[in-house]
Amino acid sequence: MTSYILRRLLVAVPTLLALIVLSFLLMEFAPGSPFATERGIPEAVMANLEREYGLDRPLWERMATYVWGVVTQFDFGPSFTFPDRSVNDIIAQGFPVTLTYGFWSFVVAVVVGVTLGAVAAIKHNSALDYAAVGVTVGAQVLPNFVMAPILVLIFTLWLGWLPGGGWRGGQVEYVVLPVIALSTSYMASIARITRSSMLDVLNAGFVRTARAKGLPAHRVILRHALKPALLPVVSYLGPAFVGMITGSVVIDVFFSTGGIGQFFVNAALARDYSVILGITILFGALTIFFNLLVDVAYAWIDPKIRY
Amino acid sequence: MADATIDTAGLPQGKARSLWADARRRFLRNRAAMASAVVLVLVLLFAAFGQYLNQWSNEEIDWEMLGMIPEIGGPSLSNGHYFGVDETGRDLFQRTVQGTRISLAVGIVGALIAVLVGTAYGAVAGYVGGRTDNVMMRFVDLMMSIPYMFVLILLLVIFSRSIVMLFVGIGLISWLDMARIARGQTLSIKNADYVEAARAIGVSGGTIIRRHIVPNLLGVIIVYATLLVPQMIIFESFISFLGLGVQEPSTSWGALINQGAANMRNGTPWMLGFPLFFFVVTLFALFFLGDGLRDALDPKDR
Repeated sequence: MTSYILRRLLVAVPTLLALIVLSFLLMEFAPGSPFATERGIPEAVMANLEREYGLDRPLWERMATYVWGVVTQFDFGPSFTFPDRSVNDIIAQGFPVTLTYGFWSFVVAVVVGVTLGAVAAIKHNSALDYAAVGVTVGAQVLPNFVMAPILVLIFTLWLGWLPGGGWRGGQVEYVVLPVIALSTSYMASIARITRSSMLDVLNAGFVRTARAKGLPAHRVILRHALKPALLPVVSYLGPAFVGMITGSVVIDVFFSTGGIGQFFVNAALARDYSVILGITILFGALTIFFNLLVDVAYAWIDPKIRY
Repeated sequence: MADATIDTAGLPQGKARSLWADARRRFLRNRAAMASAVVLVLVLLFAAFGQYLNQWSNEEIDWEMLGMIPEIGGPSLSNGHYFGVDETGRDLFQRTVQGTRISLAVGIVGALIAVLVGTAYGAVAGYVGGRTDNVMMRFVDLMMSIPYMFVLILLLVIFSRSIVMLFVGIGLISWLDMARIARGQTLSIKNADYVEAARAIGVSGGTIIRRHIVPNLLGVIIVYATLLVPQMIIFESFISFLGLGVQEPSTSWGALINQGAANMRNGTPWMLGFPLFFFVVTLFALFFLGDGLRDALDPKDR
């Protein structure tokens, strides 16, 4: 097991480094200077600015400094458009917000999705099953950027139950709509995957044996059927995580949560390269780390995998 | 030996049915899939000819509406604004026609790139096997573990936001899943007797892939490509929703939904409703069509 984890790390670390270097190089190709204004800047000032930000040094040296700073101190350098803030300040301010509702979205998607899928499979071809299938099919066409306006239209503008934006330090009523908007489509996918794999497992021989030896239904399902049925769900968690991280950008922008996605889109519109780069690397690192976790969890659950 | 001829009298008469004819029959009997096909044809017709259905253009501002859009800018048959006007007085019907065109184009082009690149890549990796396969699929894994949306936005920021860049970005990632699927299928096909027979009479690897592997992949590819189209549409809409995709005066479903959402507090619900309706209905139809095709083309599932 340890050697398997080590081997996966051997792949993950170069992937992350490649992502950092690639993003850095992409930024180099960007036309124009981040300091250029419409009125123009005197050459001496420009030279001073470039020295201040280290842009007068050769490419490889800057890249080495940047990568070294990121790897050893998590230092993503200064923001180009906000002289008084570093990329780290921006991340420190926005990330806790995104993490809070992201975490709850993930929990809701997994718990509700698995429960819905498992119950639908156990009550195969019942009204409950059809309702669950209906919900999952409907939620397929409701990605986060469609759910968010619909939810605000219903719960904020029509019913007036919940605030349609803001954060207020993460009070419950401000978290509910972002969590629902972000988790719905993933919840549906998880429910669909659970249902179909659960149906397969329930027809398998070892479940019949467990039933035949007289185990009560809940023990058959919890002890014997659920674990193998969850394997496809575990392998879906990686893509779901990527999707949610990406979707958080929409949630942050639409609900004005002050989360990291808002900074990302503003930076993208203002061409603040260092902020874009920093956030891309942060999310890339999170993704790669999470995929590693999923792989390890999968190997741990599935007895058939040799590592 | 006259009695050696097979007695066909008791058997049903008629031509032998090919695999494709069988699939077509199964598809035609699937009501949800047929209804979806009809809906999709209607959406296509809307995108193709909607332009000629009223007297407005998608860029023209109806000055009489300005300042009173929440009151008189709603959907109306009498003044030709079937879907109402948007916040700047442009005809929403024509905007929706244009958005539909761009969203469908992105979906279809993305899926086409995926089919061409993904199939070729996966078939070669699967057929050649060994170390080549390992390296090729490791590369796909690597690409998939990168949060592509952020990299794509980085690309859009650096190389200016344009529809061409959007196509390039979507093309870069859309083929990955397809490559995996094609490879998996190829692995099972390449051990078939007819492939071995072809190899035994000295057919080259490239020809085997083209003549024997790819045609047998076709069913799976068609199914998956139909399911890719909605994914690509969602993908593009996501970026356009953030204002980073198609730029004014062009538009897409994502951009229209974004504008509708931004204006829903101003009493113009039609701006959200109509684009949302087209988005949801088309995606629904595409998913059902994909499911129907899978049932029709995938003999394993029955």
